[in-house]
Amino acid sequence: MTALTKRLSQLKSGAGGENAGLLVMLAVLVLVFSIASPRFLTGANLGSMGFQMPLLGLLTLAMLAPILSGGLNLAIVYTANICGLTLAWTIMQFGGAEAGIGAFILGGVLAMIVGAIAGAVMGAVVAYVGAHPILVSLAMMIFLRGLGEFLTRGGDISGFPDYMRVLGHGELAGIPVPLILFGLIAFGWHVLLRRTPHGFSVYMTGSNMKATEYAGLNAKRTLVLIYTLSGLLCAIAGILMAARFNSVRVGHGEAMLLITVLACFLGGIDPFGGHGRVAPVILALIILQVLSSGLNLIGANQHLATAVWGLFLIAVMVLRSDQIRQMVNFFSRKDI
Amino acid sequence: MRDLMKSYTIEVRLAVVLALICVGLSIAAPQFATLPNATSLLNNSAVNLIWAVGLLVVLIAGGIDISFAVASSVVQYVAAKMLMAVGGGNWVLGFLFCGSLGILLGLLNAWLIHGFRIISIVVTIATFNAFFGLLMFFSGGRNIYNLPDWWTARIFIFEHENAQGVWSELTLSVAVMIGCVVATWALIRRTNIGRQLYAFGDNPEGARRAGVNIAVMQGVAFGWMGLMAGIAGLCQVNIVKEVVPNALYGRELDVLAAVVLGGARLGGGKGTILGCVLGVMFVAITQNGLNLLGVSPFAFQMIIGAAILIAISTSNIDLSQVLRKKEVRS
Amino acid sequence: MTTASAERFALRLHKVSKAFGGVQALNKVDFEVRAGEVHCLAGENGCGKSTLIKVVTGVHRPESADLIELFGQRIDRITPVQARELGVSVIWQDLALFPHMSVAENIAFDDLVGLRPKSVRYGEMTTRAGKVLERLGVRMELGAPLHSLPIAQRQVVAIARALMNDAKLIFMDEPTASLTQSETDRLLDIVRKLSAQGVAIVFVSHRLAEVLEIAERVTVVRDGNLVGVYPTEGMTQARLGELMTGHHIENDVSARDLPDAPVAFQARGLSRHGEFHDVDLTIKAGEVVGLTGLIGAGRTELAHVMMGMRRADSGDMQLNGAPYRPKSVRAAIEQGMAYVSEDRLSLGLLQKQSIADNTVISVLRKLTSVTGLISESRKADLVRHWIKELGVKIGAPEDPISTLSGGNQQKVVLAKWLATDPKLLILDSPTVGVDVGARAGIFRIVRQLADEGLAILLISDEVTEVMHNSDRILHMADGRIQQEYDPRTISVPQLEERIYA
Repeated sequence: MTALTKRLSQLKSGAGGENAGLLVMLAVLVLVFSIASPRFLTGANLGSMGFQMPLLGLLTLAMLAPILSGGLNLAIVYTANICGLTLAWTIMQFGGAEAGIGAFILGGVLAMIVGAIAGAVMGAVVAYVGAHPILVSLAMMIFLRGLGEFLTRGGDISGFPDYMRVLGHGELAGIPVPLILFGLIAFGWHVLLRRTPHGFSVYMTGSNMKATEYAGLNAKRTLVLIYTLSGLLCAIAGILMAARFNSVRVGHGEAMLLITVLACFLGGIDPFGGHGRVAPVILALIILQVLSSGLNLIGANQHLATAVWGLFLIAVMVLRSDQIRQMVNFFSRKDI
Repeated sequence: MRDLMKSYTIEVRLAVVLALICVGLSIAAPQFATLPNATSLLNNSAVNLIWAVGLLVVLIAGGIDISFAVASSVVQYVAAKMLMAVGGGNWVLGFLFCGSLGILLGLLNAWLIHGFRIISIVVTIATFNAFFGLLMFFSGGRNIYNLPDWWTARIFIFEHENAQGVWSELTLSVAVMIGCVVATWALIRRTNIGRQLYAFGDNPEGARRAGVNIAVMQGVAFGWMGLMAGIAGLCQVNIVKEVVPNALYGRELDVLAAVVLGGARLGGGKGTILGCVLGVMFVAITQNGLNLLGVSPFAFQMIIGAAILIAISTSNIDLSQVLRKKEVRS
Repeated sequence: MTTASAERFALRLHKVSKAFGGVQALNKVDFEVRAGEVHCLAGENGCGKSTLIKVVTGVHRPESADLIELFGQRIDRITPVQARELGVSVIWQDLALFPHMSVAENIAFDDLVGLRPKSVRYGEMTTRAGKVLERLGVRMELGAPLHSLPIAQRQVVAIARALMNDAKLIFMDEPTASLTQSETDRLLDIVRKLSAQGVAIVFVSHRLAEVLEIAERVTVVRDGNLVGVYPTEGMTQARLGELMTGHHIENDVSARDLPDAPVAFQARGLSRHGEFHDVDLTIKAGEVVGLTGLIGAGRTELAHVMMGMRRADSGDMQLNGAPYRPKSVRAAIEQGMAYVSEDRLSLGLLQKQSIADNTVISVLRKLTSVTGLISESRKADLVRHWIKELGVKIGAPEDPISTLSGGNQQKVVLAKWLATDPKLLILDSPTVGVDVGARAGIFRIVRQLADEGLAILLISDEVTEVMHNSDRILHMADGRIQQEYDPRTISVPQLEERIYA
């Protein structure tokens, strides 16, 4: 009975069990698709997956941290758009396609500052006003979307220097550059959340803000910082988006917003905050990408993939709940 | 009166702000306080209001729904196909089809939420993607123009021509909207079922122990939302005269923002019809006013977003707390 | 059995047994409550009290029972609905009320339950709720949302709700756990009033003092077995504690003199508007100073100021001889303060997180290496050290803290603060929700810490607790320290008299 309880709590905290379950699902999917389509396990397909996933991945990481802190950041996509605009605007000031690398660096830094500010404002309102994060980030989303539409009049900005292609389409030792970028950032995110006092504080704040403050941690500052970092990550996603599409348009990637939440939940993040890890979320992202690429190869379109993502999340949640319920039933049956 | 202020703080504040905006707009923009403008405001807000009251019920019961707007699209599409298959149908069949399809989709959410104890945001984000993906896949993204005549016919419940020959008219959707608002009010305020919804949202464990049937409550909340989504879908087709599969995609978050702005509590147990209507109208009137003032349409959303941000930043601030800000906590 | 004798009982249970898995939760337990009686059900956590209540209310079905009788009516199988209809009501510790609903609707809520559509008549509801409150002799704003009321008044609302269902037998589960002494007294008055009106009340409480004060008889249960039924007249707290735990608890006055010890903490003329005034407080290293008085006297508020959560309006503090003016909790901790909150469930611990994380939360900086990262091995070592040091009974350090008993949870709270290497430890009502047996364990640790030179401020409104564990006792009332007592020269009744006078 104690062994069961332990196993149950492990499952609930989603540590070991989560990864194993997702790995099995991934293996099954890869197997199915490689049988269904000979092109699935080819370098070309894997490469294209490697180029596609990082963008969604970065945004998902930007979503992950606020969820861990007990909130949500619905403004991620438009923060990324606005940051992309900042970069594009800077590059245009320096001659568009002819702009030097300095302009790109300046633009990138400005973009990150903009992203961080957007995040910090949300964090501050959430922490110090105590407003609900869904509402705060929703308002920020509407504001940034409006701001972007106002600045661009609904059009797009394109014509970036060639070297930006390296970031979006380049390869290093056969590995897509965006994937390398994503890998580095994901590792950094993991270290930040699991190993630093700040990350610890995020988990604690996510499970009980007041008790966290009573223990001497600065929960409010933690919230401001985590939303700021989330905004910063959005900026990096925005820069990558500009590099990949060679253009910036407000609304680019809009459909990814709720997919990032879906990926987090698939990765076993506690929707109420306080529990969850980076690794299973990355596994969840890979699964989503495999589903989408695999379906694409066997002739379905992205819309079907979207539907399958939704159905897949339902299936996984149902499986998880059943597992838990069966175990609970196992030793509560005699109790009733 | 003091009681009123205490129990309806957010509603009263919002009403005051809205009144101020209306007064300001009447002075700044002469067309604002005219009958034609008022009627067009109502016509344009009908669908949002129908969704909003449905969402309010879900929020009161402690849930959240992201899938309702795409659910409306699914209902429109399927109903259009089905009605054409039965030879066109009529309004009664239309309401019946759309309503029951909507309820079915809502009950699907409720079943997943209650049956497997998955929280509503997870379920409805999943069904949002599933509904939309499947709709786009099966419709191929193609619009349906070939609709029964009754469905696209313009029906006015109120018409008036002023001295300048400008028509003011209220469409059928407004009547339907008013019906939905009143019905929802009656449900949550006047029936024991509605009060149990509040109780369930406020303290689920307490409600369960008091004998409230939780499964039924989830079903009522999401079923009602589904019914509203179905009706909203029906009305929206009547307004635009076509079925566009992705037309409603993305509207859910704006409606959610408006309803929460109106004082519905994310987490359940609190929210009123009055606040909900005020929240939706706040957004609609601001947008309408900006338009009349000649502000670029591209700036609307920005200003509305900023307004909501300011509203929430100030609505939670209690003056007595500001005075106590000297206290440093942790 | 004659009907006449049966009618005098609200409840009779004979030889009720109930097992969960292999654990015998109730073993042939007899339990009788007379009509209109105030009866206490006493026992440690997990002794079978809750199971007994759930059998009576039809939540659990007993494996065997010789007799189940409610209000003279023999019943083979009770269902929850039947129990309620017969007039049995339970007020659980969490009250199960609805914070955003009005007082009136909370009181009348049970009428609204059910799936048959009914229309709601608010006027009638308010009138009926008002009548019930009148019966309790309480006035309340019926339209106010429940969350605007203090907990004590919510407790009254819960009682009114039970009466609204014509309850004739009310179980109250730890009704005073979060009430102040004066609020408790008011609640006890209401209980007496109900009893006089013929309503039987079963009181489940950890606080032995009030058990003895209110109840006529007490039924003691231990490990699922009936220990006995005793009249409260002539019963002492010590004796009752022994019956509940099954072993003798040392409860002697342990005060010492510490003439040579250096002063650890000193406050002079500390005031905060509306909370406390002109407080002088000196605590020596190794000394346990008891601070007692009714809640609302400003005790917790004083602790909050000492801990840097709020600032004093005037006066000054010194810690180890140096001026002390904490700007934040963090600053206070850094300078050697530690505070065990009175609200362990929502403020003292993070119930969702692991035992390990709860232990290290206040000492993160001790765990970081030069890289600024938390060292897992150092964290594990620290947790292991304190678990062993305080004898906390746990499964694995990664288990959620919520899997522990109240006493063990409180030990983790102590571990968390001791890990910060404090100079002064403030214990604010440290035994709320902790078993009688586990209390002794906690105070053994406290005594040992004091012997090692830690200065301790023990805040509690349980007079015996303060008497038995402090070196000096300060009585606080109306925001002022009224007087100092030596536990060796005053008795519990004398001190109680001064406090409740």
